[in-house]
Amino acid sequence: MLILVASHFLLAAVLFAVGARLPRQGVIGLALVAPVVALGWCATQVPSVLDGAEPSSRLSWVGGLDVAFSFRLDGFALLMALVVTGIGTLVLAYSAGYFGPEVPRARLARFAGGFVAFAGSMLGLVLADDVWTLFIFWEATTITSFVLIGLDDDQAAARAAARQALLVTGAGGLALLGGLAILANAAGTTALLDLGAANDARVVVQVGLVLVLVGALTKSAQVPFQFWLPGAMAAPTPVSAFLHSATMVKAGVILIGRLAPQFAEVSWWRPTLVTVGGLTMVVGGVNALRQHDAKRLLAHGTVSQLGLLVVLFGVGYPEATAAGVALLVAHALFKATLFLVVGIVDHATGTRDIRKLRGLRTQMPWMAAVAAVATASMVGLPPLLGFVTKEAALDALVEEHTTWATVALLVVVAGSILTTAYSARLWFGVFGGQPERSTDPASVSHPTGPTMTAPVGILTVLTIAGGLGAGPLGDRLGVASESLDMAAESHLALWAGVHLSLFLSIGIVTLGAVLYLALERSTIVIPASPLSGEGAFLRSYEGLQVGARRVTGVIQNGSLPAYVAVIFSVVVAGVAAAALRGAEVGPAGLVGGQPLQGAVAFLAATMAVAMIATRRRFVAVLMLGSIGYAMAVIFLIQGAPDLALTQVLVETTVLVVFLLVLRHLPEGYSAPPEWAPRALRLAIAVAVGVGVAGFAMAAGTARTDRPVADEITRLTEPEGGGHNVVNVILVDFRGIDTLGEITVLAIAAAGVANLVRAARRDLDDDDDPLGDPADRAPGAGPPSGRVTIGARSVVFGQVTRAAFPVILLVSLYIALRGHNAPGGGFAGGLIAGIAFVMRFLSGGSPRLRRDRPLPTSGLIGAGLLLAVGSGLASLAAGAEFLDAEIAHLEVPLVGEVELVSATLFDLGVYALVLGVVLSVLTHLGAEASRPPRWFRQQADEPTSPGAPTGAEHRLGHETASLSAPEPGRGGPR
Amino acid sequence: MSLPLAALIGVLFAAGTYLMMHRTLTRIILGFGVLGNGVNLLIVSTGSRAGAPPIIGAEDGMFADPVPQALVLTGIVIGFALQAFLLALAWRNWTLDGNDEVEDDISDRRLADRYAVSKEDAAEEAASEAERQARR
Repeated sequence: MLILVASHFLLAAVLFAVGARLPRQGVIGLALVAPVVALGWCATQVPSVLDGAEPSSRLSWVGGLDVAFSFRLDGFALLMALVVTGIGTLVLAYSAGYFGPEVPRARLARFAGGFVAFAGSMLGLVLADDVWTLFIFWEATTITSFVLIGLDDDQAAARAAARQALLVTGAGGLALLGGLAILANAAGTTALLDLGAANDARVVVQVGLVLVLVGALTKSAQVPFQFWLPGAMAAPTPVSAFLHSATMVKAGVILIGRLAPQFAEVSWWRPTLVTVGGLTMVVGGVNALRQHDAKRLLAHGTVSQLGLLVVLFGVGYPEATAAGVALLVAHALFKATLFLVVGIVDHATGTRDIRKLRGLRTQMPWMAAVAAVATASMVGLPPLLGFVTKEAALDALVEEHTTWATVALLVVVAGSILTTAYSARLWFGVFGGQPERSTDPASVSHPTGPTMTAPVGILTVLTIAGGLGAGPLGDRLGVASESLDMAAESHLALWAGVHLSLFLSIGIVTLGAVLYLALERSTIVIPASPLSGEGAFLRSYEGLQVGARRVTGVIQNGSLPAYVAVIFSVVVAGVAAAALRGAEVGPAGLVGGQPLQGAVAFLAATMAVAMIATRRRFVAVLMLGSIGYAMAVIFLIQGAPDLALTQVLVETTVLVVFLLVLRHLPEGYSAPPEWAPRALRLAIAVAVGVGVAGFAMAAGTARTDRPVADEITRLTEPEGGGHNVVNVILVDFRGIDTLGEITVLAIAAAGVANLVRAARRDLDDDDDPLGDPADRAPGAGPPSGRVTIGARSVVFGQVTRAAFPVILLVSLYIALRGHNAPGGGFAGGLIAGIAFVMRFLSGGSPRLRRDRPLPTSGLIGAGLLLAVGSGLASLAAGAEFLDAEIAHLEVPLVGEVELVSATLFDLGVYALVLGVVLSVLTHLGAEASRPPRWFRQQADEPTSPGAPTGAEHRLGHETASLSAPEPGRGGPR
Repeated sequence: MSLPLAALIGVLFAAGTYLMMHRTLTRIILGFGVLGNGVNLLIVSTGSRAGAPPIIGAEDGMFADPVPQALVLTGIVIGFALQAFLLALAWRNWTLDGNDEVEDDISDRRLADRYAVSKEDAAEEAASEAERQARR
């Protein structure tokens, strides 16, 4: 069964992929393989299932959650599978003639693929023995039917209908999912037939049941969801015949049939389903009487018949269930026939309007006869299957002497009268009467091929045979109904003697005929049924779209700072929600801390406030630096010397880099219009601050498990070969993590370099990339070469010259000792970087370049290689990647030396960090302040005395310093 | 968690958030910096007990938790790289575009304008609604 269902989807995929390249008949022929094979397989299973066998198969999907594809072939499943595969085969064969050469091949391939996928989904649905399997195939039918309804995707009506069907049944599917989850949870099993174990009075179970029923009723187009089904008639006729009469719309009925024997005794079950089904039956019937389009008439008729089926299965009496099973088959046969005939008429004459079609029986006698049989079966005339099953249905309801059985009986009788009337309207509208001369009469202009007529003929033969062979058929159908309800024995008989139901049938047909004739003679316009959810659907659909646009317009307004605000607001909301749920701040959480810590914290907080208050960039940057140094002090107090060291070094470097860039920018901020008033922004910021502070206090006391630190500390010496736990974590325990982080550093450095270089290229290539200087802020534009760093201080220069090698040595020492004392590759690399920063500041960029070409990319690359290499080395030594290896060497004179492979790794980090600092320094320092080529040329021309650079640059001295402003240029002050 | 540290974390977060909600690129970068400090402090102080430096054999007493320290150490260095990158962006914006501001996302802006309900639209809608009411 698994293979059978899966192969449908496989074949569908093939059809979707290559179908458009196959010849037309080949596409349909290939598609036919699936239902034919499935039908054959089902046929072979008939004898054993009739003997009581129930073969099953199961494929575990998510083992831990007990989700599986689980199929079981009981009597009912086999019957439904036969209907699905049998009618699928016939309709597919029919479609070979239906789709003429005017249909693009790509669309035909889409039809064939969608059809096969749908057939597979439906097969999976009827065979499903597990709620999740059922749900998956349920949704699969929704999606494949979306593809098929919207087959004519160049027509807006088809797209709208497909969307409507998808949304309505999809929403129902969601309800079903929720309901099945609740019921499966309550029942403690996912087996479909054991859900009854959940049957108790708990509210949650009732809710689950309601949700499941909502899913079933939307799928089977019951009031008030019935509107999607006539809408779906935008699909080509084969789709309508297969999906919207014979199979998919039965899914809800099938589910109700599976559940009713288990849940029918729930107090509201019968009243609800009889009311909904009864209303649907009447509403569908009345609506069918209003239609002029034969196909829409049939669609409303289908709605009506589905109502009847819901009543029969919904009441949950064994006899009614048995009658329902039989009626399900009868309906599939006659309704498919009628759809296909209407399709043939449409195909031949080009219209489906019964006001134009009258009197077609002379031109299409065989079709008229076939349609007459199917219509008669729908009405319930002997000796056809429709008669036999309707008798059984009436009988079943007559014999139950309960209130709801009586109500159901009355409803069924009323609905059947309407059925008779619209059936007559259909047949006489299309085939009966005389062709009208007044309007443009339709005539047959297309021949109809045997691939279209043969399936109709076969269906008709089955309808007649089913009626004539009612007795034996009933016995076999009994196996199917008994698999739903053990007590549901099927009694079908062509002649069951003189019963009340026989009189009812006679009365129904008579009254129906009278109703039809009365309506034909009158000019009454039947109003549309008010019991439709279509208006509500359309309104909510429109409302959703309009609402979504408005919300999008407000939220996605393009202002990035506003987006940041939204993100932060959500953060606050999250913290607030946690706080409201009662996060604990234990008394241990609020300790005063050391006085020094409090003082430094206060200082840092003051500077943070000053930082946001100032409008001068340099002041703000100095505040940022000060906060950073304060952080270092706090880290030191906290017991984190490594952090303090790194923080001081980073803060110093950041400060320099900031100043390198800010010297190009004006002193004060511009004041662009902001997206929100300052008060709101401040409020959000304060809320974030309060929220995070609260979070910090709560989180500090929230630890429930023993810290991993204890274990790590214990292992540091034997495994890592070092004493500095932080460093050992970085280079050994979490070495791969560190490798990732230094890679990020390398990428960031490459980003900086490329941003600057690309901008430089633009500056050099373009004569005046900015266009009109009036458009830009004062002072903006390419660097003039005036604003530079490096007031020549002889003392500073000499000191730097002397200290440079010493600092480099110190940096190496710090890097190497890091394994056992505060330090390490990060700190060492930063110190070395600062040595170069000093050189840069003392000599300026030209000197830096001249003295020592800086192989920054080489350093970065070498660092990465060294780091990876040390990891590979330990791998080669038999340990894991980056797992430190400790070697003890006897060196003459020195004694025993302990070598740890992690030291190599740390040296890699050192080289890389140094390279990153140098790269940033070179690009943001030297490259960024070099004036563009055209600018220099301008300056050299004697004809342009007003050119701003000139003298200083040609002198080769970069004399302007941080404290030497350029009046009117907005330079740093 | 000591109260002064929690308060400082709050102030740093507030200042960082406030700065990042601006249009001026320099302020945003400063915001990144100060918020980064807040995050580092948050991790170090909530994730660990304060104590002696986690260096075996150096000092007696209870160690400070080394794990958050290791996390934050790389965080500090990456914060440096991030700020350098943002500064390169700011420099580029300034030299090429002549400003130091984050501009609106143009495609978002267009979307918002397309669906924004202008005042005339709203008035028209209200009028037709009133008309419908009157007809009933």
